[in-house]
Amino acid sequence: MIAIAQVTPVWYLVLASVVFAIGAVGLLVRRNPLVMFMCVELMLNAVTLTFVTFSRMLNDVNGQTVVVFVLVVAAAEVVVGLGIIVALLRKQPSATADDLTVLKG
Amino acid sequence: MFAFLLQSVASTFDRPAIDLHALAPEFVLTGALVVVLLVDLFTPKGSRGIVPSVAGIGILAAMVPVLTLALDGADRSMFGGAYVVDNFSLVLQAMFLLAAYVVVLLSTNYVAEGDYAEGEYYFLLLCALLGMLVMASSRDLITMFVALELLSIPAYMLAGWRKRDRRGNEAGVKYYLMGVFASAVMLYGMSLLYGISGSTLFSDIALAVARGNGLGDTTPLITLGVVFVLIGFAFKVSAVPFHTWAPDTYEGAPTPVTAFLAVSSKAAGFVALLQLILIAFIGRDDVVGPLMWVLAALTMTVGNLIALRQTNIVRMLAYSGVAQAGFMLAPLAVVGSNSDGARSAVVTYLLIYAAMNLGAFAVVLIVARKTRSAEIASWGGLFEYAPGLTVLMTVFLFSLAGIPPLGGWLAKFVVFRALLSPDLTAGGVILAVVVGVNSVIALYYYANVARQMWMNPVPDGDRTPVRIPFSLAAAVTLSVVLTVAFGVSDLATHLGDLATFLPA
Repeated sequence: MIAIAQVTPVWYLVLASVVFAIGAVGLLVRRNPLVMFMCVELMLNAVTLTFVTFSRMLNDVNGQTVVVFVLVVAAAEVVVGLGIIVALLRKQPSATADDLTVLKG
Repeated sequence: MFAFLLQSVASTFDRPAIDLHALAPEFVLTGALVVVLLVDLFTPKGSRGIVPSVAGIGILAAMVPVLTLALDGADRSMFGGAYVVDNFSLVLQAMFLLAAYVVVLLSTNYVAEGDYAEGEYYFLLLCALLGMLVMASSRDLITMFVALELLSIPAYMLAGWRKRDRRGNEAGVKYYLMGVFASAVMLYGMSLLYGISGSTLFSDIALAVARGNGLGDTTPLITLGVVFVLIGFAFKVSAVPFHTWAPDTYEGAPTPVTAFLAVSSKAAGFVALLQLILIAFIGRDDVVGPLMWVLAALTMTVGNLIALRQTNIVRMLAYSGVAQAGFMLAPLAVVGSNSDGARSAVVTYLLIYAAMNLGAFAVVLIVARKTRSAEIASWGGLFEYAPGLTVLMTVFLFSLAGIPPLGGWLAKFVVFRALLSPDLTAGGVILAVVVGVNSVIALYYYANVARQMWMNPVPDGDRTPVRIPFSLAAAVTLSVVLTVAFGVSDLATHLGDLATFLPA
């Protein structure tokens, strides 16, 4: 018989940390502003997963409350961020992070 | 059935007591920002000057409840301790309101004369200010996170306000991407702290952090959580190596917004750092102290060295702001041995820094109205056609450099005092030496601007006097009075000592 490992809350914490790391590395190596922005969203989702897992482990509802706040704020950030990125791409279609060199020094 | 449900809900849910007096500053400001939007909607396009007046009056009106709360003197704690009114929050709220009022004065002509949406500009400015007021009162991770985003999201938009200018876009995108990255890192740290303590309240986190064993051995997890949260705010205060956005954003954003970011937004970051380090993380000064030591030493040294070779005055002020953030971080490095001294020193420094830096930006705005340039070379011979402005700018620059009897001198002095008392430690003494060396380096680039103004010839020979609009004159007067008063009286140190936290 195939032994099926028990899925414990720690699995979710590890998954969240991996997703967070993928997002952080992605933000640092990818050059398209939209993809960089999606990497930040990945990091935020890792955060919500961690909060929900801890909330479940501690049997405390506060952690899930935080998730609602994070989701709402992330939505507001998306609106503002897309506005800023669209304003940039209108001026310079196909701009990457490496092209943002007007301001330097 | 519904009646039964309602009854059962009503019996278990007891409404938290809301102290309206304690929340009055936030309420007044919220009302003011709605009024600003409505006034903008119902005034004809040509009538400039009404919206900034309404915004300014709204900010001063919010100052009234802050003063009545200060006169009342009672500490108030609401929502299970998540939101408090104590001496610390009142002193900092008064500073945020006054600084924002000066920013409105700086913006009045700039926004009216440029191609900007006036109503939305002041609306966003007041939203960010509201976030700062909430930040000063928050003693809970959720409240602090919401306050941080309430002040950051409008700031992203304000930084990219010049949307038809490539530099404006670039400033916005850089600030935005670095800002959301920082908040994601901070949030991950917060989630770890929540997992360890089982609560989002600072007082509960302080217990769990000091105890160190919630779910098994959690010491490494606590360390990670503390470091992540502090790094998130290190972005906000532009500490090296997380400062890369600051100079680009400061240069590309409209100059009044730059003043707002350099003073108010940075102060909000320090307010958060103070609350976290002194209330929530006080049991782990073995992590916080060394981290702050390294950040402070790096921030002031790198900021100063890069500021030396700047030719654009806004960029130079940006790097000088990075270096000043390093001076403000320094007392936090000795938080383990002298936590009261560190709190008092940082608050004093913030008050003085706000006055002198806003003044410097006000003069930059006035001079740029004539020269249409931010290059330091264009400041040549300012004394020949604007002697009063030259004297004022010299006051602000020498105050930033820390020359007695101006405010900046006292700010440096309290940092030294915090680092070297109550008894000498190796870390404190070495950091004090680093602060001293950096003050000397900083004097070079501040004095360089002064030399341009006093000694060099006018570059284009245009000696027509500079016309100063009333609002900018008011801003510069307010700043210079405070800069000098902070230097010759003990007002700032008194407020710094006064700004104590509500005992948890």
